[in-house]
Amino acid sequence: MALFTFKGGVHPADGKELAKDSPIVTLKPQGDLVFPVSQHIGAPAVPVVKKGDEVLRGGLLAEAGGFVSAPVYSSVSGTVKGIERVLTATGGRVEAVVVESDGLFNEVEFEGCDDPFSLPREEIIKKIQTAGVVGMGGAGFPTHVKLSPKEPEKIEYIIANCAECEPYITADYRRMLEDGEKIVEGLRIVLSLFDNARGILAIEDNKPDCIAKMTELTKNDEKITVCKLETKYPQGGERQLIYATTKRAINSAMLPADAGCIVDNVETLINVYKAVRKGIPTINRVTTVSGDCVKNPGNFRVYMGTKYSELIEAAGGFKEDPKKVISGGPMMGFSMFDLDVPVTKTSSAVLAFSKDAVAEMAETACINCGRCVEVCPSRLVPSRLADYAENKDEETFVKWQGLECMECGCCSYVCPAKRPLKQAMGTMRKQALANKKKS
Amino acid sequence: MNELKLNMSASPHVRDKIDSSKIMMYVAIALLPASAFGIYNFGLQALAMLLTTTIAAVLVEFLYEKMMKKPVTVKDFSAVVTGLLLGLNMPPTAPLWMGALGSFFAIVVVKQLFGGLGQNFMNPALGARCFLVISFTGPMTRFIYDGVSGATPLQALKSGSIVDTTSMLIGKTAGTIGETSVIAILLGAIILIMLGIIDLRIPGTYILTTAIFVGIFGPVVNPEVSFFDPYYITAHLCGGGLMLGAWFMATDYVTSPITKKGQYIYGALLGILTGLFRLFGGSAEGVSYAIIISNLFVPLIERFTLPKPFGKGGE
Repeated sequence: MALFTFKGGVHPADGKELAKDSPIVTLKPQGDLVFPVSQHIGAPAVPVVKKGDEVLRGGLLAEAGGFVSAPVYSSVSGTVKGIERVLTATGGRVEAVVVESDGLFNEVEFEGCDDPFSLPREEIIKKIQTAGVVGMGGAGFPTHVKLSPKEPEKIEYIIANCAECEPYITADYRRMLEDGEKIVEGLRIVLSLFDNARGILAIEDNKPDCIAKMTELTKNDEKITVCKLETKYPQGGERQLIYATTKRAINSAMLPADAGCIVDNVETLINVYKAVRKGIPTINRVTTVSGDCVKNPGNFRVYMGTKYSELIEAAGGFKEDPKKVISGGPMMGFSMFDLDVPVTKTSSAVLAFSKDAVAEMAETACINCGRCVEVCPSRLVPSRLADYAENKDEETFVKWQGLECMECGCCSYVCPAKRPLKQAMGTMRKQALANKKKS
Repeated sequence: MNELKLNMSASPHVRDKIDSSKIMMYVAIALLPASAFGIYNFGLQALAMLLTTTIAAVLVEFLYEKMMKKPVTVKDFSAVVTGLLLGLNMPPTAPLWMGALGSFFAIVVVKQLFGGLGQNFMNPALGARCFLVISFTGPMTRFIYDGVSGATPLQALKSGSIVDTTSMLIGKTAGTIGETSVIAILLGAIILIMLGIIDLRIPGTYILTTAIFVGIFGPVVNPEVSFFDPYYITAHLCGGGLMLGAWFMATDYVTSPITKKGQYIYGALLGILTGLFRLFGGSAEGVSYAIIISNLFVPLIERFTLPKPFGKGGE
């Protein structure tokens, strides 16, 4: 069978061998846990607790601040210490509820549902919304919003994003091997919302064991197929994944629903399953701790609000002082200057490296080699767009379709002149989008 | 743990290993088979010329950048490539000072005055060669082979003589130092293709278009040649600077279109101009002029061949 794929993209060294064979280990946190009220795209959640309140694991800390928003729940039992502005993994400061754990992990009584398929559509979406499920691959878009398109009958494909195309990250890989049933169940729940939809489990071909496992789990399900993807970054990008599996191309102004698709990643589907079947809100996730600087790279079932530093300790700590620590993958993740930040719904990985090769590279003049054009999945001309961005020429930047950039970083990765192409385009793009909103 | 000194930077945090210096170095290496054959074919005077143009190019770049207080970029191998290419485009019998002057023109006038690496609108080596041909037509177009002053295969072909395509393939003919051996040039081209430095879009279109053009118009200028005459086409493809130009100079990143579609158009333009100059022009050769003229069309070609973004007509 031919592999499904998109045009462009790059093949960075994948580094997945470091953590791929480490089974998921549950990490029970100690001390204070920090729950930012903004772990998703949309309005921040609004705290409903105050200093001194007792909370249980699974108890509501902050309610959704609107339709495009998501509530935040406590992952431990304990006492609310206060509401503070804290640093997050992406470098920003947001309001957060701080909970002092009592170490008992007493839970609220979760209300499960054995036959979710008998529930009406609205009820299922309501359960997902109440549980605070968001896109856990990194974007953090509230899942119930995705599941409420204008014309649900036009949704033809529910694509489970099992690509995990970022190097080093193995959280979804372990989830597929260990919790494959939950992923399929989550997908079935989402499928039940759309009468005309078929399910696709899209997996890169560097995970043959996952492909075999998911194929086995869905062999009697006529509505679900497993789709083998070429291993290439950014195969798991939403637009690339939709194109790879359905040959439909959407631009930056369109939603997946415009192409009849809804894309949810592995961790999200598991949390959909937990929300609907078990009534458990999004209070933990699997996060990969890896990189050459980490003693025992592995995958952890981590409670939301746990500090990154605790996660690294759980992986044996550092072999030596790292030069660079990244939250997320090396292609799109954020470099960190402080590890005293909480794990949130979108924390897919923390990577530590003893060397920062990028810092040692000097930028030289563009030689017009065209490699960036070759790899750009959005089919742009990054070198020229970066020129316009550097010259603050917003008009030409927009005219040359700079707004279509999704900041995957393929251009910067491949540039032999080591130009920070993505960075230049990203900065100009934000400015142009802001100005567009103003006018 | 908070006393860690961590680097901050925007993603991506990993980069491909290839850099511009390595690319230029690979190009220089890929030119070695043609250089070696040139030295074997024309003797030590060819070696002296190649050394002169290469060393002069590097030296001139170094001195210019020192004088202008600009960062010195001679380590990026681009001056080496320019100097070596110019040398390969020189007749072996030309005086060495002429080669040095060519290097000066290539580096200072064509490259540095327009802003240095990446900013020149014309291939520096070819710009310099054309400057030398116009300024010193005699020594630049006189070819002596085996001690006998004679015609290059292309000149012979133009005057209606029969040429030996086998020796042209091997390179045992008169011509500039690096252009005679098709085999040696192709060896270098294969190295570049395998390393992913060049692809077939420009050279493939260029060579194919030239073949079609001379196949159609050959009979117009030479009544003894038939329509799509295989011998005539082969002689044109193996003769003159076509192979060296197509694989090593038309593919120059800086002076060729960045868009894929543009690269096909550029290749076709090169082929048509080369055919025109060779068949209908005053001189037997046309590759150098075809390339530098097409260089001038690159911005225009790019403007009309911008790719359609993904989801807006593009995939």
